[in-house]
Amino acid sequence: MAFTVRKQGGILVIDVDGQLIVGNRQELKQRVLDALEAGDRKFLIDFTRTGYIDSTGLGVLVSLSKKIRDEGGDLRLAGLNEDLKTLFELTKLDTLFAITDSAEQALAAF
Amino acid sequence: MRLAVQPLLVAPDPGRQAEGLEAELRLTLPSDIRLVEDVVDVVARHLEERFVDRHSVRFNLRVALSEALINAILYGNGEDDTKGVALRVLFGRHAVEMEVTDEGEGYDYHVLPDPTLPANRLRPCGRGVFLIRQLVDEVRFNDTGNSICMILRRT
Repeated sequence: MAFTVRKQGGILVIDVDGQLIVGNRQELKQRVLDALEAGDRKFLIDFTRTGYIDSTGLGVLVSLSKKIRDEGGDLRLAGLNEDLKTLFELTKLDTLFAITDSAEQALAAF
Repeated sequence: MRLAVQPLLVAPDPGRQAEGLEAELRLTLPSDIRLVEDVVDVVARHLEERFVDRHSVRFNLRVALSEALINAILYGNGEDDTKGVALRVLFGRHAVEMEVTDEGEGYDYHVLPDPTLPANRLRPCGRGVFLIRQLVDEVRFNDTGNSICMILRRT
């Protein structure tokens, strides 16, 4: 599992390869907080290559969303597979995030 | 971290076998959060060989077991590496019963807030047991609240 961070058109894009779980959630959180501290305000987390997000991973996304919004920024999510969509729907977190099918759609919508 | 201890595969009590639970996995793991992924992988591999619905193994059971192990290690045992988490999985073609027990003092599972309520939706935690309840057919706790049993049935 790994995170790849790249900048595209002023948007910080983070690809999550594998899983976002209790064992790596703090790494993702720190990377986003560091970028926020450095002045980035537009964030896209791309889950196209992500198999699973556990409840602690969902929790990190929630706390990042709040932190980014408090700083006047925007966090969007993309590329959730059907199982991940189900997790967001069950927890009603689909109402909290702007979620698109692909990263391209999310990038175009910023 | 790779799992050093493999689960023990045994035959359940005859009474449980009569209920269609043909095999039983037993494993006690230390309270190390890095082991959760490997434990879930090992259990899922055993279940996929026998359980009728592979998608339920890959999604419902994996999520439920991950969440139960995370709760046991983080909140039950407080990541104290002198404390263990006991896992017992009984399974057959149409049913799986997974029991996760920690060495903590337990908690009152009756009063868990609903994480989907607007007031709770921005909270970073409190979704684990909720997800378990959504994804399996039956959830039981012992009286102490330090042991959860999750049951999934498929025809």
